[in-house]
Amino acid sequence: MRGNGSRPGGAIPRAAPDLGVADGEPTLLTGWGRTAPTLASLHRPADAEQVAELLAQPGARGLVARGLGRSYGDAAQNAGGRVLSLLDVRGVRGFDPKSGLIAVGAGFSIGDLARLVLPHGWFPPVLPGTSHVTVGGAIAADVHGKNHHREGSFCHHVRAFELVSPGGEQRTVTPEGTPEVFAATAGGMGLTGVVVEATLQLVAVETDRVRVDTERARNLDDVMERMERGDEDYRYSVAWIDCLARGSALGRSVLMRGDHATRAELSGGERSGAALGFSPPRVLSAPPGVPSGLLSTPALRAFNEVYFRRSPRREQGRLEALHSYFHPLDIVGDWNRLYGPRGLLQYQLVVPFGAEDALRQVVERLAGERAPAFLAVLKRFGDGRGMLSFPIPGWTLTMDLPAGRTELAPFLDGLDELVAGAGGRLYLAKDSRLRPELLEAMYPELGRWREVQAGLDPEGVLCSDLGRRLGLGGGSRR
Amino acid sequence: MKDALGSVESVLVLGGGSEIALATVRALVARRTRTVVLAARRPGELESVAGELRAAGATTVETVAFDAQDDAEAHGRLVDDVFDRHGDIDLVLVAAGVLGEQSRDEHDGAAARAVVGTNFLGLVSAIVPCAERMRGQGHGTLCVLSTVAGERPRRSNFVYGSSKAGLDAFAQGLGDSLVGTGVNVVVVRPGFVRTRMTEGLDPAPFATTPEKVAEAALEGIAKGSHTVWAPPVLRYVMSVLRHVPRPVFRRLPL
Repeated sequence: MRGNGSRPGGAIPRAAPDLGVADGEPTLLTGWGRTAPTLASLHRPADAEQVAELLAQPGARGLVARGLGRSYGDAAQNAGGRVLSLLDVRGVRGFDPKSGLIAVGAGFSIGDLARLVLPHGWFPPVLPGTSHVTVGGAIAADVHGKNHHREGSFCHHVRAFELVSPGGEQRTVTPEGTPEVFAATAGGMGLTGVVVEATLQLVAVETDRVRVDTERARNLDDVMERMERGDEDYRYSVAWIDCLARGSALGRSVLMRGDHATRAELSGGERSGAALGFSPPRVLSAPPGVPSGLLSTPALRAFNEVYFRRSPRREQGRLEALHSYFHPLDIVGDWNRLYGPRGLLQYQLVVPFGAEDALRQVVERLAGERAPAFLAVLKRFGDGRGMLSFPIPGWTLTMDLPAGRTELAPFLDGLDELVAGAGGRLYLAKDSRLRPELLEAMYPELGRWREVQAGLDPEGVLCSDLGRRLGLGGGSRR
Repeated sequence: MKDALGSVESVLVLGGGSEIALATVRALVARRTRTVVLAARRPGELESVAGELRAAGATTVETVAFDAQDDAEAHGRLVDDVFDRHGDIDLVLVAAGVLGEQSRDEHDGAAARAVVGTNFLGLVSAIVPCAERMRGQGHGTLCVLSTVAGERPRRSNFVYGSSKAGLDAFAQGLGDSLVGTGVNVVVVRPGFVRTRMTEGLDPAPFATTPEKVAEAALEGIAKGSHTVWAPPVLRYVMSVLRHVPRPVFRRLPL
């Protein structure tokens, strides 16, 4: 490992975003869905020491860490208490370009990580749907990417992290040395302590392109069959699915699978060209003040129709820039504003392999209700990692929905029942409305997690709105 | 906590005997609400309602004594006790109120004072500590039941109307003061509602039911509205009536 401060070459990560608030300033916070704002005092500790100081004096309503605020719901909110923004805790403590091990501060984003290591022939091991996610947040939610079916979730690639506990002491947590604490913190939604630094194993790449094979599937059965048959041949796999198509086209999809392109796969010109780089453009920004109802069902049907028809029936080996394959939405800043003042929610479920019927019923109900589900994706998961990690081997379906529709509440409650009954679950990092009674059925390891959590936080210092809403544990402070 | 679709987990009702309040609480429990505290003048009479709410899925249902005519200190103690014992209260529904009897009240100082004392003063002294606790918890909704009769006092029920006008104005101002705190105030202005309170009266135009008012209130709570009219058309009716000249207005058969 290189020593302190020797930031390797390549693009220097941009400065942490300015939140525009003084330390401890009362601030209304929401998640990415912009629903259910609550007030907390927002602190910006500069380093692990200041995190420890804040944890030692948590105040009456406790605290929780926050990164870039990409959880859709209330995971990084703490009404009436403190929220610690970790965005200034983002130093690179060491990077070994030979082994691909890197130790970075929890506030470092996955996008910055990609920018930093790609010129050295390395890449983040897991990329969620946006690059604007911090390493700390990626551990707290144990995020997954398009490679989950083969390579698991983010925490499968974490070799160690530094955890500051309530009371203020810091410990090094590793999968081998402290397996219980590791498994409780991976996907533990920030309620076992504050992660201030993590050591990750990167993956080696030769180019900054992805070689993508695209194929259209005429319906749900077709796409599932194609995925079962071919997913293992690809590192990355994801299907865009039309949740508004009905009848024989129910669940028609565009399947996009690929792997990092090798040098040999680039054309001569590209091979001799520029160095590896990760530089997603940010050209558009959604305007503020968009009214509700812009993303209506008819508008989405039209979009889906065009998207499906425009996609190639079958295309092999197209080379795409990394960001355009992984994060097509990142080029639009604040796209969540397109949902208007009442915001959006993301519904992400997983059902185990063998429960394909439940998945089919979900898609049928979405199409039948003409629910304005946008940007729905289907993917297959491999094994899970932490006690509350979302992934289990099975099928995961994700969609965005406008929050401003009251009829959505009973409809989604019905989907929850179906998912829980099939042995599936919802993703806590996306959740903003689950009925708390279903939590234990969805997360069978919840009891064990609560024990480990209570051991790490006996006084209930770590609190979040998500924890309060779902009665997750932690957050005994009211 | 309130969720993304506006459902709440806990509610305190001031005036738990109100039919509009009970219709609202039933609808809340049918969604997510599990903790219900009904504060009413005669809590004993609410036991069967409490049982019904438990059967519908509420895990904690409590009835406590609350009289709007009690002093501010008693109100403060009651509110603190409820918030201390149940943790966060996501929604406070302010529904207590009396109609009085106009023909008597306008000639009887004590009777008029009792109406204003209950509908305005008594609720103000209970709302203030609720708002303070909600500021502290960083979230919450105060839903205040007003009436269209408070929008412009009418000859036929101005004692009641003026008491509600005071409450309505107070709630609006409080709502503005709470902007940015995570706490929202929703003022609900129903028209004529067919309840025990209005039994025997001739229904005014656009008469509605407690269930319809409850539905509108819940929609307003979910949206984070500041004013809810029930039925919605009354917003436009009242915006016209507000500008009718006094000599004409007092002759209108309202």
